[in-house]
Amino acid sequence: MRALATLCYKVALGLTVMAGAAVLGAGCGGGGSEPTDVVLVTHDSFAISKGVKAAFERESGLELRILQGGDANETLNKALLTAGDPQGDVIFGIDDSILSRALQGDLLEEYRSPELASLQPDFSSPDPHVTPIDHGEVCLNVDRGWFASHRIAPPKTLDDLVRSRYRNLLVVENPATSSPGLAFLLATIATFGDRWETYWRALRANGVLVVDGWEEAYTQQFSGAAGSPGKRPIVVSYASSPAAEVIYASKPIERAPTAAIENGCYRQVEYAGVLRGAHNEKGAHELIDFMLSRRFQADVPTSMFVYPVRAGVPLPETFVRNAIVPEHPLSLPPHEIDANRDRWLATWTDIVVR
Amino acid sequence: MATAALPLAFLAVFFAWPLVAIFRRSLVVDGALDVPVDVLTASSTWDVAWFTLWQATVSTILTLVAGLPFAWALARFSFPGRSMVEALVLVPFVLPTIVVATAFIALLPDGVERSVWAILLAHVFFNVAVVVRVVGAFWAGLDERLWDAAATLGAGPLERWRRLTLPLLAPALASAASIVFLFCFTSFGVIVVLGGVRYSTLETEIYNQAVRLFDLRTAAALALIQLAAVVAVVVVSGVLERRLGGARRRGRAAPRPTGRRAGVVAAVVALSLGLLVLPPLALVVRSLQVGSGYGTDHFAALFDATPALLVTPWHAVLNSLLFATVAAAIALAVGVPAAISVARGSRGLDALLMLPLGASAAMLGFGFLLAFADPPLDLRSSLAIVPLAQALVATPFVVRSLVPALRARDERLPEAAAVLGATPAQVRREIELPLLARPLAVAAGLAFAVALGEFGATVFVVRADWPTLPVAIFRFLGRPGADNVGTAMALCVVLMALVTVVALVSQRAVRHGSR
Repeated sequence: MRALATLCYKVALGLTVMAGAAVLGAGCGGGGSEPTDVVLVTHDSFAISKGVKAAFERESGLELRILQGGDANETLNKALLTAGDPQGDVIFGIDDSILSRALQGDLLEEYRSPELASLQPDFSSPDPHVTPIDHGEVCLNVDRGWFASHRIAPPKTLDDLVRSRYRNLLVVENPATSSPGLAFLLATIATFGDRWETYWRALRANGVLVVDGWEEAYTQQFSGAAGSPGKRPIVVSYASSPAAEVIYASKPIERAPTAAIENGCYRQVEYAGVLRGAHNEKGAHELIDFMLSRRFQADVPTSMFVYPVRAGVPLPETFVRNAIVPEHPLSLPPHEIDANRDRWLATWTDIVVR
Repeated sequence: MATAALPLAFLAVFFAWPLVAIFRRSLVVDGALDVPVDVLTASSTWDVAWFTLWQATVSTILTLVAGLPFAWALARFSFPGRSMVEALVLVPFVLPTIVVATAFIALLPDGVERSVWAILLAHVFFNVAVVVRVVGAFWAGLDERLWDAAATLGAGPLERWRRLTLPLLAPALASAASIVFLFCFTSFGVIVVLGGVRYSTLETEIYNQAVRLFDLRTAAALALIQLAAVVAVVVVSGVLERRLGGARRRGRAAPRPTGRRAGVVAAVVALSLGLLVLPPLALVVRSLQVGSGYGTDHFAALFDATPALLVTPWHAVLNSLLFATVAAAIALAVGVPAAISVARGSRGLDALLMLPLGASAAMLGFGFLLAFADPPLDLRSSLAIVPLAQALVATPFVVRSLVPALRARDERLPEAAAVLGATPAQVRREIELPLLARPLAVAAGLAFAVALGEFGATVFVVRADWPTLPVAIFRFLGRPGADNVGTAMALCVVLMALVTVVALVSQRAVRHGSR
């Protein structure tokens, strides 16, 4: 017993000394010569196929290190906190709704990638501080099985959602805490203009359920997601979500059990930028160029369930069959969002939560 | 005091410095201190503070009430499967909150699932392990002949409880209550998931203001209120513990319960275990659900590459084991000398060591980003920062497990050794450490388990190519599709199994080692 306790304590001390050495080693290794890695700061939803990451590392000779920290908004806030002495070289995942804050924060260096010329016309002339990498579409999703078995037609427009036949069927995310939630609020503002408050009062009267984040809305409250205990057949999610249901189905299925509604979709463009004070600026440029390459762009649908911005990159078969690419998505100018967001959120909270 | 040097240095570098960095950034404008008086005096601030205090108090009382019978049954009686039961108690404590909240939402009836009751229940579920462990380890060390003597002298059950059990247990109760209170006071995941948009505590509001809205000034003001409350709790509990402290060790092994007692013990264990096992069981069932049937597909998928992570889920398991081992080692290396100092009467250190439990994880995480930016401590993208952050959270558990036992030990032994010519180092090595074998093993197990399940601080500092188990679970839950949810549930089951095994091993080691 005595030996055991003594041994236990010695092992603990030994390991601590080793950890201490590792800390100092890490601290000392940082200084000096040519950087051998490039660090990408991004949100939790970022994903990249192993092969694509390896391709970048092989071609550039740089190790790609990825730091993820919360959602897009939180990632941006951390970058703003450390502006000028950044955690990494490139930030990815700034969307329209937070773009103004990123540009005002003196956070980014200008960079115009030569690959911009190969992008679809919608995306090819951004602010010089940022580079568009992908776009996602926030759309209503419906549980096809539920509507079929209840013999009700699924809603087609935002207006439909306030009709009594869709009472207590919709679950949305809180726009104050969720990115798709905010996109949906912006979609209603883009659609109804000044009348958006009236619309939300009607939604509330019609039994809309508000939850904190997408995870809970989609995997817990929405009835259409496989394995979900949810009871509500309409949810705010993405245009690509039905394709995800097919790709991640436990047993292979032909067609998605859910569908995205074309009308009322809101476009979210995701941008990357070079962080001011980056340790490896050249590597940062190489990474951004790579993110616009055909190889990376073809990977984004299946790894992140978003759409490529590069022209002529074909979508995977599952997406063609189950997902939609809305032809006329809604959007609002970044400066307008930035100027009004706090007021909109406060008003929304008063109407819907209080 | 020399013993206190290491713990103090650890706290100064990895706790105080980052906090100072973030408070300076938040509250110093152009070289002048900007005191956020408006936030500190706003009625909405005090509404949040009041709810935080209320729910933490009620949660703590309920947890003590729920945990004491269980601690009694486990500490005072031996019965078949006891070490397994002791191990299982630890499982809820290390589950990521989002997972437990998911299980609660699935189990609770519709009206209750998003009420303040759901929050209180989840807090009890989480923290019962603290009461069972901290109070139980102490209770098992008390001489049960005292109760026999009291009974012989004619004291009834109620009187024995009031005049013997309660006073004897008081130091351990104060210790457990203060940990539980701090946990509930700073609870984040449970409030966010089960409280929905209606309930917010200081901790959720700090996170909201700092990380989401980037209003550092408001966040810092709230963090100051939280820190002040935490200091008050720590000081009060420290005073209570000392006032109440000082029982002697027992001689005999725990008896088997007999007669009517056996029935009571069986009922207590069965009921407590039933309530504790229900939510994890729901997770096990879900991990085995494949489509409309059942299978082990999700477990097989742990070894496959996935777009959700840069490594296979299995690697996350290995990473977690590695990080938690190092973190537990650091926590012991820091916690043991700290506990010895505290037991010798170093009051300030005791209070200081509890602070990381009560400080806002969001503010600390932001502080890490500011403080560890430059050499020689350029740790922001280093792997070493992960076990360090975990050790910060695990160390108070080491201290709290050891201090009551240290205080209760027989002072004459080290004194006798010293009289016989032993050096202080020899006394520590030959007398104090061996006497602590059981609480030390409990502390090591607890530290490892806490590090294994740690999420709030880890997620701020972890690198994407080295995810831990809870971080991997979080990533899978954040992606659509039944397969991802299934993999998340399978990882939860692995996490629960690991904790059970670790707890079993730490108990076995003690038993084989002692006598």
